[in-house]
Amino acid sequence: MKEIALMKGNEAVAEAAIRAGVDGYFGYPITPQSEVMEYLMLQRPEERTGMVVLQAESEVASINMVYGAAGTGKKVMTSSSSPGISLMQEGISYIAGAELPCLIVNVVRGGPGLGTIQPSQADYFQSVKGGGHGDYRLIVLAPASVQEMADFVDLGFELAFKYRNPAMILSDGLIGQMMEKVELPPQKERVKEFDQSWVITGKTQDRERNIITSLNLDPDLQYEHNLKLQEKYKSMEQDVMFEKIDCDDADYLLVAYGSSARICQKTVDMARSKGKKIGLLRPKTLDPFPSAELAKMSRRVKAMMAVELSAGQMVEDVRLAVNGKVPVYHYGMVGGKIHSPDDVLSEVEDKFIGGY
Amino acid sequence: MDIKQIIKEENQVYRRTPLMTEATLSYCPGCGHGTIHRLIMEVVEEMGIQSDTIGIAPVGCAVIAYDFMDIDMSQAAHGRAPALATGIKRLWPEKYVFTYQGDGDLAAIGTAETIHACNRGENIAIFFVNNGIYGMTGGQMAPTTLEGMKSSTSPYGRNSETMGPPYKITEMVAQLPGTYYVARHAVHKPGPVRKAKKAIRQAFENQKLNKGVSLVEFVSNCNSGWKMTPNDSNIWMEENMFKFYPMGDIKVEGKLVNGD
Repeated sequence: MKEIALMKGNEAVAEAAIRAGVDGYFGYPITPQSEVMEYLMLQRPEERTGMVVLQAESEVASINMVYGAAGTGKKVMTSSSSPGISLMQEGISYIAGAELPCLIVNVVRGGPGLGTIQPSQADYFQSVKGGGHGDYRLIVLAPASVQEMADFVDLGFELAFKYRNPAMILSDGLIGQMMEKVELPPQKERVKEFDQSWVITGKTQDRERNIITSLNLDPDLQYEHNLKLQEKYKSMEQDVMFEKIDCDDADYLLVAYGSSARICQKTVDMARSKGKKIGLLRPKTLDPFPSAELAKMSRRVKAMMAVELSAGQMVEDVRLAVNGKVPVYHYGMVGGKIHSPDDVLSEVEDKFIGGY
Repeated sequence: MDIKQIIKEENQVYRRTPLMTEATLSYCPGCGHGTIHRLIMEVVEEMGIQSDTIGIAPVGCAVIAYDFMDIDMSQAAHGRAPALATGIKRLWPEKYVFTYQGDGDLAAIGTAETIHACNRGENIAIFFVNNGIYGMTGGQMAPTTLEGMKSSTSPYGRNSETMGPPYKITEMVAQLPGTYYVARHAVHKPGPVRKAKKAIRQAFENQKLNKGVSLVEFVSNCNSGWKMTPNDSNIWMEENMFKFYPMGDIKVEGKLVNGD
C-alpha cells in the first residue's frame, strides 16, 4: 500500500534518510534547512532503525564526522545551506580525494556572504565545478519537487557507493520549505553485511591494514591518483539523468533545474496555449551534465535559454554543450528573488518570439 | 663468545612490536614521536585489539603515522581528528578509536573539535604530542610555545602581550564533565617511557567503560625546530617545558586530582 504524506521538502529528506537505512546523520542548524535535523531528532531514529543522529559544533565538524564514518563503509550524510556548505568544502575535498561515499544536502539560499535566507540557485558553480581545492567532482542531483527530495536520498547513496564518491542533493529554500504530497519510499533495512575490503573497521589477520587518506607525498602517485579520479568522473556520465517536457516539436528550448524548472514548466504551458512551440529540458543530474543531449537538441531548436535563480551559472555549461550552434540566452533572478512563469514568458517572447 | 650465541630467544629483553611496520620512521633523530608510536602499538598488541582498533592521523609531523602503525587508520584534515573519531565511534561503539595529534593540530586549528569532543564525552582516546612548535612546517610558533621561546614566526621570542601567552588545553579540557582520564607524560627517558605506556594502556582500557574521553598529553622535544642537539633539547625540555607543563595525572576516573 502506498504511503502518502504532506510534507516539507526538508522533512521529506529526513524521512527518506531513515527509510533508506542511513546509518548516521551529522549536522548543524542553519536556515532554511534546519527542519532536516529537527525532524530526525523528533522521529527517534535510534529506535526506528538504530540510525545515529548527532548535532555537531559546526559544519566543519559535521562534514568531518561524515568523513570519519564514511571511511568505515557506513551510509552517512549531512545537510546544510550555502554558508554552511562553504565551511564544509575542505572536508568535501578530503572525502573526494579519499574516494569515500556520502550524501550532502545543500538547501541553497541567496549569497554571497550571509546573503539572505530566501531561495537561490547561486551555488551551482560551487557544486558542479568542485567547490573545494583540487581537481574533483561531485555527483550532483537537482530535485524539482518534494517527491524528488525524498527519492534522491536513496538514489544519491546508490550513486555515491557505485562510484565511491560524495554525492550532493542541490536543492534550494523553495523546495526545502514548500509542502507537497509525497509518496514515501519503503523502509529499507540498514545494511549489516557489506564489503569491508577497503574500509577501516580494524585490521584482521586475513588482510593488510586499510588506510583512508587523500595524501600522496610521492608526486608520481598523486599524478596517477588524479588520472584515476578523472577516469571515474568520466565514467559517471553514463548515469546522466534529465527530463524532457514538450521537446519533440520545440522550436525553442528552456533549460532549467530544480525550482526554476517548476516555474518554467508553467511557462511552457502558457506559451503552448498561445501556439508557441517551447520545450523544457530539466537536468536531474547537474554533474554529470546532460551535455550530449543538449548538443543533440542544438541541431533541432533555434535557440536556448537557461533559466536559473542566479546571475548565470548553468548557462555556461549549456553554452559549452551546444558549442555555438545556436544562441544561448540567460534569464534569472538573483539575491533570493524568484521569477514568476509570467516573467519567464515575457523574456521568452522578447528573446525567442520577437526574434522571428 | 660468538655474537650468534648471544642473540637467542632466552636472552631477549626487548623486541620490536610486530604492530610497528618495517618502514623507516620519517621523524628526525632524537624526536619523541617514534617512541610514542611504538608505545601505542605495544599496548594494542598486548591487549590483542588490533582487529578492533581504528586510529586517526593528524596533519603535522605524524601525518603519515599510518605508514608506521600496522592498524586501520584514517588521515584527518588539520585539527579535525576528534570529529572523525566521533563519527567512527558513534557508529562502531565496540571499537577502540584514538586520535594522534600535535599541538598546532589539537590546540590551535582544532580547538573547537577538541573541546566539543571532550565536552560530549566521546568514548575515545586522544594522544596529544606537545613539542611547543609547528615541526613539519619548519618551526613556527604554536599555541603551546613558551613565553620568550624563539621560533621562526617569533624570531625574537614569544611576546605574550602581542602574541598571546601559551595555554594549557589539557588542564582546560580536564574541567569538562566529558573527560574521564587526563594525564601528562614524557618519553625522553626510560622511567617516563614506562609511565607513559601505563597511561596509554589506561586510555585504551577506559574505552571499555564508556565514560568519556581519555586524553594523554606527551610533552616532547623538537630538536630540529628548537635548533638544538637531541640531548640538549631534552635537557631544555626538562628545565623549561616541564615547569609550565607539569607531569602527572590531572584527572582520574572522572575526578580532578588536585581538587576543583
